[in-house]
Amino acid sequence: MYHDNDRAKLFSRRAMMLAGGKATLIVGLAARMYYLQVMEADKYAMQAEDNRITTRLLAPPRGLILDRNGIAMAINQQNYRVMVVAEQTPSLDYTLDALGKIIPIGESERARIHKEARRRRRFVPVSVRENLTWEEVARVEVNAPDLPGIMIDVGQSRYYPMESLGAHILGYVAAVSENDLTDDPLEELPGFRIGKGGVERVYDMALRGRAGTLSLEVNSVGRIHRELERKEGEPGIDLNLTLDTRLQQYAAQRLGDESAAVVVMDILTGDIVVMASTPSFDPNSFNRGLSNDEWKELTSNPRSPLTNKVIAGQFAPGSTFKLVSAIAALESRDITPDMRVLCTGHMQLGSIKFHCWKKEGHGAQDMISGLKNSCDVYFYEVARRVGFEKIAEMARRFGLGSPTGVDLPSERSGLIPDRAWKRKALKQPWHPGETLINAIGQGYVTATPIQLAVMTARIANGGYAVVPHVARDQVVEKSVHPRPPPEWPSLEVSRQSLAIVRKGMFAVSNEPGGTAYKARITQEGMWLSGKTGSAQVRRITMRERETGVKKNEQLPWKERDHALFVAYAPEENPRYSIAVVVEHGGGGSAVAAPIARDIMLEVQKRDLARGTAEADGAPEPPPDFRRF
Amino acid sequence: MLNLPRMPLRLNRTEMSLREKLLQLNWSLIALLAAVACIGFATLYSAAGGSLDPWALKQIIRFIVGMLIMVAVAMVDLRFWVRNAYIFYAVAAVLLLLVEVKGTIGMGAQRWIDLGFIQLQPSEIMKITLILALARYFHGATLQEIGRPLFLIPPLIMVMLPAAMVLKQPDLGTAMMLVMSAGAVFFMAGVRMWKFVLVLVSGLAAVPLAWEFLREYQKKRVLIFLNPEDDPLGAGYHITQSKIALGSGGVFGKGYMSGTQSRLNFLPEKQTDFIFTMFAEEWGMMGGLVLLTLYTMLIAFGYAIALRCRSQFGRLMAHGITTTFFLYFFINIAMVMGLVPVVGVPLPLISYGGTAMLSLLFGWGLVMSAYIHRDMPISRRGMHDD
Repeated sequence: MYHDNDRAKLFSRRAMMLAGGKATLIVGLAARMYYLQVMEADKYAMQAEDNRITTRLLAPPRGLILDRNGIAMAINQQNYRVMVVAEQTPSLDYTLDALGKIIPIGESERARIHKEARRRRRFVPVSVRENLTWEEVARVEVNAPDLPGIMIDVGQSRYYPMESLGAHILGYVAAVSENDLTDDPLEELPGFRIGKGGVERVYDMALRGRAGTLSLEVNSVGRIHRELERKEGEPGIDLNLTLDTRLQQYAAQRLGDESAAVVVMDILTGDIVVMASTPSFDPNSFNRGLSNDEWKELTSNPRSPLTNKVIAGQFAPGSTFKLVSAIAALESRDITPDMRVLCTGHMQLGSIKFHCWKKEGHGAQDMISGLKNSCDVYFYEVARRVGFEKIAEMARRFGLGSPTGVDLPSERSGLIPDRAWKRKALKQPWHPGETLINAIGQGYVTATPIQLAVMTARIANGGYAVVPHVARDQVVEKSVHPRPPPEWPSLEVSRQSLAIVRKGMFAVSNEPGGTAYKARITQEGMWLSGKTGSAQVRRITMRERETGVKKNEQLPWKERDHALFVAYAPEENPRYSIAVVVEHGGGGSAVAAPIARDIMLEVQKRDLARGTAEADGAPEPPPDFRRF
Repeated sequence: MLNLPRMPLRLNRTEMSLREKLLQLNWSLIALLAAVACIGFATLYSAAGGSLDPWALKQIIRFIVGMLIMVAVAMVDLRFWVRNAYIFYAVAAVLLLLVEVKGTIGMGAQRWIDLGFIQLQPSEIMKITLILALARYFHGATLQEIGRPLFLIPPLIMVMLPAAMVLKQPDLGTAMMLVMSAGAVFFMAGVRMWKFVLVLVSGLAAVPLAWEFLREYQKKRVLIFLNPEDDPLGAGYHITQSKIALGSGGVFGKGYMSGTQSRLNFLPEKQTDFIFTMFAEEWGMMGGLVLLTLYTMLIAFGYAIALRCRSQFGRLMAHGITTTFFLYFFINIAMVMGLVPVVGVPLPLISYGGTAMLSLLFGWGLVMSAYIHRDMPISRRGMHDD
C-alpha cells in the first residue's frame, strides 16, 4: 500500500533543502532592506529631498527714485500680462485665434509664443502680451469662458510718471543681455529688468534689492505640488536725487524745442539741481517695447534725443573758455589785470589775420573789459604771451578735459589739446595760431555742459575742486548713507585771480555794454554773473568777411553757432552755477543768457540749498507706490 | 507509518461531507492571506493619493471574488484536480496561444486577452496549471521511472512549450518563473541532482546564444541592472528612483500617505510592479520586514501542508504552488531593491492586477484542497486508492 514510502522520504529531505534555500534568500532580502534603509538611508533621504524640492527666486520690488523733495520719478506699476497655458488649451492656435479677436496678436508674436511653448513644459505659462491696459484686461476677463488656457497675471514693471522729464538722468530698465550678466541670481528670472541708463544703471545693484526664495515641492515632471517655504527678499533701496522736479520741469519748458542742455549745480555741495537735455524721450517706451519705426526715429533724429547732452554733448566752449584763459594768465603773472591791449578788430600773427567777433574792434581793453566785451583780440594777445600749455593746465584744474566724475554713465571727457596730444592724435606739430584760436574756446577745445558748470562752480566757490552728483546720499553697495560734509581739495589758485575773473563776469552781466547785460537779473540779492559764448561751427572765409559775415538766422540750422552761457548766482555769496548750451542756437548773449537768467531766477526763488523750499509748504510724503 | 494510530478514522474516508470540509478549512492560512491583501488595499489607497479609485476598490472586489473561488477550489475533491490537470493545462496553453493571435499590446508586450470585464493574462494562469499538470505527471511515477531520461521528456515539453510562448510575448520574468517553479517540481519528484547540474551548466553555456534572442529592451534591462547609475535619466531611472524611495524611507518610513517619491510620481508603476517600494517608503524597513514575515509564514504553511500530504500529487502540487508564490514575491522585492533585473513580476496579492490575484488565490485554493484531503490516498490515475 505505501509503495511511495521512498518518494515521501525523498520529498521530505528535498523539501528541507529547498526550504533552507528559500529561507536564505528571504534573509538576503531582509539584509538588502537593512542596507538600503539603514546603512544608506541618509544618502537616499538626501537624494529624495533633491528630487522633490526646487527653489525659485522671488523678484524684490525695485527701489523707487525720488527727487530731492521726495516726489516720485520712477515707480513700480502693476503690469497685467496675458499668459497662456498650453496644457489647458484644445490647441494653442485655437486659443490664440480666440484671443486675437479681443486683443491683437501679431504674426511674429504668435511665432514667439509657439516657440516658447515648445521649449517649456506644457503646464508652464507663456506670456502672450505684457502691459495690458485696464480695458484690455477687462475684455479678456469677460471673455474668459471662451478662452481656455488663458490667464491674467500681475507682475511689476517700471513706470516713470514724469515721462520724458528727467529721462536722461533716470535712464531706463530693460531685459538683461548677455553682456550685463553678473553673478546676481536675480538676472536668471524671466522678465527681470535691469537699469540700462542714467541712475537706473549706476545704482542698479542698490535699486535691485536682494532676491527672495521660494521652496516648492515638485513632482517628477516639475509640476508644483505645494509651497514649502517662502523667504521674502529685500526690496531695493529708494534713491533720492538732488534734482528738483519743479525746476526740472521749468527748465525743460524754457528750453522748449531747442536742441539744448542746461545744468545747475550747487557750487559748495556739488548737488545737481537741474539737468535737462532736449529733446528728450519717454523711458516708459523702452519698457513697453519700441517698434522699429520708433527706434529709428529716436536714433536718426539729428537732435539726438537719446543722448544726455549735459554729460555727453561735446561742444566748443567758445568764449566761456576765456575764463580759464584769464585765470591761467593771471596766475602765470605774465599778465597784470590792468595791462591793456588795443583791439582793432583783428590781430596779425605771421601771415594769418585773426579776427575779433567785433569787426570794428573794441579799442583798448584790460582784463575786466576784455571779459565784459568778450574781446577776442585781447585774449589772442594774452594767449600769445602766456602760451597754450599754461592755459590747458589751468583748464584741466577747473575740470575740463576729463570726466567730472558725476554719478551718471557715459560721461564724455571733452578735449583740452596740447602739443603732446596733437603730435599723438594728428601727427602734426602745434602751430602758434592754434594757441590763439584754442584760447578763445575754438579749434580743438571741446567741453561738455557739465564741465562748464563745474568750471564756473570752481571759480565761484573760491577755487575748490567740487565734483557734481545727482544722488542725494552716498550709496555703498546696497545701502545708503548721508553724504559727509564736503571737503573739496583746493585748486591752488590765488583769491586775487579769481576775484578779478569774477569781476569780469559781473561786468558781463551787470554793467551796461556787457555781453549779457540784457539778460541780467534785477531782483535784489539774486544778481548773477556770467560769461557768454558763441561757438562757431563753420569756417568763415575771407570772401565772406569782405561781403559781410552771415547772420545766424541766414544759415541752415546745422551751420549756426552754438549758443553758450555760464554763470553763478547770487553775486554776493554765490551758491549756484549754471551752464546753458543751445546747439546751433545762435549767439550766447541773445539765446543762452536769457535762458540761464530765467532758470537761475527760478532756482534762487526756490533756493533749495538754504532750505526755504520747505518753508513754502513741505511736499506731501510720497505715496507708497510699491503697494499698488 | 508513525502517525497511523493518531489518524482520525473519518479523514481516511473516500468521501467527506461539505460541512466536514468547511470545518477543515485552514483559517489561519486564510487570515494570513487576508492580512497580506489588506496591506495591498491600504497601499493602493495611498498610491491613488488617498482614494479608493482607481485601484483599491477594484482590488478589494477581486480579492473577495478570489477568496470565494479559493474556498470553492478547496472544497473540490483532490482527485478531481488529478483527473483534470491536463485539461486545465491545455486550456491555459490555448489561451496563451490566443494571446499570440489576438492579444492587445500593453506595456510593450502581448500579455492580455480582453474579456471585457477582465483583462485575462494567460501567463499568470499557466503558472498554476503547469504545476498542476506536472504534479499529475509525477504523481504516479516511481523513482525507477523517474530515473529513466526518456520518462522526463514529456514533462520537459510541458514546461518548454509555455515558457517559449511566454518568452515570445516577450516576458522574460514569467518565462523564468515557469522554468524555475517547474524545476522545483522536478526536483521534489526525485529527479537526480546531476541532471539539474547538467541542465544548469548547459544553460549557462547557452547564455551567449540566448543573448542574441533577447529583445533590445531586455538586453538594456539586463545591462542597466548591472550598472543602473550609468543611465540615471533613461532606463536606469526606475531602479535608481526605486532605491531612492526605499532608502529614504529609513527604518520607520515617511508615514502612511506621505511617501514623497511615490506621491510626486518619481516612482514608476507604483501601483503594480513597484508597489513594494512605495510601501517600504511609507512604512520603512519595519513595514518591509512585517510584510516579509507574513510572506514567510505563508511559505511555511505551504511547506507544512505539502509535508502532511499523503498523496504524491498533493505534496508536489502544494509545494509547487508554494514555490511559485515564493518566486513571485522574491523576484519582485529583489527587483525593486536592485538585486535582480527589472523583469515585470508583480508582488503577490498586493500589486494591482486581476489575473494574478485570481490565479494566486486559485493556487492557494488548490493548496487548501491538498490540506483538506491530506490523508486521502489517490491511485495513479486519480481514483481512490486502497
